[in-house]
Amino acid sequence: MLDSIFQNLFNALQWGSFYSLIALGYTLVYGVLRLINFAHGDIFMVGAYIAFFLAMFFLQGDGGLSGPVILAMVIPLTMILTSVCGVALERIAYRPLRRKGANRLYVVITALMCGLILENGNLAFLGASRKSFPELIDKVVYNIGSISMTNLKIGVILSSILVYFVLNAIISKTRIGMAMRGISYDKFAIPLMGIPIDTIIMVTFILGSSLAGLAGILFAMSYPVLDPFMGALIGWKAFIAAVVGGIGDIKGAFVGGFLLGIVEILAMAIFPSTFRDLIAFSILMIILVIKPTGLFGIAKSTKI
Amino acid sequence: MINTKKMSVPSLLFLLAAGTIIAAHFQLIDLYVQTVIMFIGVNIILSSSFNIINGYMGEFACGHAGFMAVGAYVTSVLNIMFFTNSKTFGQAIFAPELALYFFPVTMFIGGVAAAITGLLVAVPSFKTRDDYLAIITLAANFIIVSLFINMDVIGGARGFMGMKQIVFAMEDVAYIPWMLIWVFTFTYFTVFVIRRFVTSTYGKGIIAIHQDEIAAEIMSVNTNKMKLVAFMLSSGLAGLAGGLFAHILGYINPNSFGILKSTECLVMVYLGGMGSLSGSIIAAVIFTLLIEGLRFIIPAADTLLHLMPIIPDTFHLSQVLKWVIIPLILVILMQFRPEGLMGNRELSDFFPKLKKYYEFK
Repeated sequence: MLDSIFQNLFNALQWGSFYSLIALGYTLVYGVLRLINFAHGDIFMVGAYIAFFLAMFFLQGDGGLSGPVILAMVIPLTMILTSVCGVALERIAYRPLRRKGANRLYVVITALMCGLILENGNLAFLGASRKSFPELIDKVVYNIGSISMTNLKIGVILSSILVYFVLNAIISKTRIGMAMRGISYDKFAIPLMGIPIDTIIMVTFILGSSLAGLAGILFAMSYPVLDPFMGALIGWKAFIAAVVGGIGDIKGAFVGGFLLGIVEILAMAIFPSTFRDLIAFSILMIILVIKPTGLFGIAKSTKI
Repeated sequence: MINTKKMSVPSLLFLLAAGTIIAAHFQLIDLYVQTVIMFIGVNIILSSSFNIINGYMGEFACGHAGFMAVGAYVTSVLNIMFFTNSKTFGQAIFAPELALYFFPVTMFIGGVAAAITGLLVAVPSFKTRDDYLAIITLAANFIIVSLFINMDVIGGARGFMGMKQIVFAMEDVAYIPWMLIWVFTFTYFTVFVIRRFVTSTYGKGIIAIHQDEIAAEIMSVNTNKMKLVAFMLSSGLAGLAGGLFAHILGYINPNSFGILKSTECLVMVYLGGMGSLSGSIIAAVIFTLLIEGLRFIIPAADTLLHLMPIIPDTFHLSQVLKWVIIPLILVILMQFRPEGLMGNRELSDFFPKLKKYYEFK
């Protein structure tokens, strides 16, 4: 009994890691721009596809590279290419609107539509056949007691924790992080201080999208079937997780992601698996009703 | 003396409806065109009811399809339970002929059920605003859909069917296109109700909340009550759309009321313009025609591009492409005309001369 609880908790940590990684991207962009970047889940999908094509490219190359070497090349390249995608989205779709000072809602709609374009464009141009991700590293199973862990799952959990600490350091220690916090505090005063607001926003998108790309690789390695709509549901859920944690706060996104993962896995362990969404969302909704600004969010008072 | 200004729009609509129904009855227009016309009606109901919240009240809700699902399921289950012999619900309780007379009643019950489900969103909206409310509506949509997936009695994820029998039962009484009539009736009813509501002194409270919630409260608008009314009205009307949708298709599936359907509603509202009733009607018409039109345009473009060897032979433009084109149109629209087609103005504000001819309140 106790073993199965620990086994489930371990699985929940791995499942929650994906949510956390994606939620961190949501919350970064939201914190700086007050924009729900609804395309973020699809950027995660793009990341998984980029990783797939890169891996296939290296595998078919003449070099005869071994799996771990390929992985070591695929991870940074995917993160770079995914962030190019994210920044392109920002440049093409969001920045012109922001320059015009359009209502925040219009940017949100644009983001939603960009997400639809990404997923359906993928379906239309790459076809409906599902891609299966090649196995890059050999699976090793460790048994501690009766809990079985694979190296991949441990890697996923560790990398999400590592990402959190690195991100936290960037936000709280570096000058760029300080500028990011500044923009989220007062975006009208910050340009007056000589801080290039567009550069900072671009950095935010680079950070967020590369995290989505990383999540894409890890997800593709853990569940090696890719389809164009893989990012839609997980993206919506990660967004909900970010809000439950208190959106705009990276600690909140991190905790919210793991919370959603744990709730989902435990709900699946206790009830039939079709109840997963029902229970998970009901719990999240109750949390939001009780604490409308999320677990770590701070209520903003509105002035007239 | 009949007020011609007041009567012009209803009589024009009546002529349009009667013309379509007669044409459908004598099979001058085929079933496909009829279905498209009915979907235009359903989409008008959806977009104009969603406009109450996203347009007039200015909140960003994104879970409209959930309420549509409630209306669709409640109406269909009631109809099938009462008027047909089915495996799930046993013998018919009433004679099947009565389906015709009780259809508005079951539709109404479906609408009320959807309105009550609207409480799920309305009550949290007292305290929460903005993005947090968006999440609650989103979560509500997920919850409703997965609730229906888990109800095995009504088919679960396999879906629920048999509503065609109700339509056949109605046609047994008198062989005329009943669904077309109902769609026209309920669409007119919805637009009429919304128009009356938002132009009334009471309903202007909603617009006041959009402008400034705190100021509205100081000006003695009971904001909580207004929100409750707005959400319940909006979701109740969405329930009507769901009931019609179920009976047009004859088959419903929980997954067809997912986020994608809600996104369609959002597209229509923002295409038409927030807070413009004529905008959402025009947008619903354009949107439906666009979706159905692309069904023919895409294969045509495919053959054309293959004739002129622009794209390789192995590659074919697929129907999915319409879900790239429509969002693209909206993205471009947002860049150049972010307030939507109509902004928050009505048709008569655009063409002031029209005011001479009609008055629609």
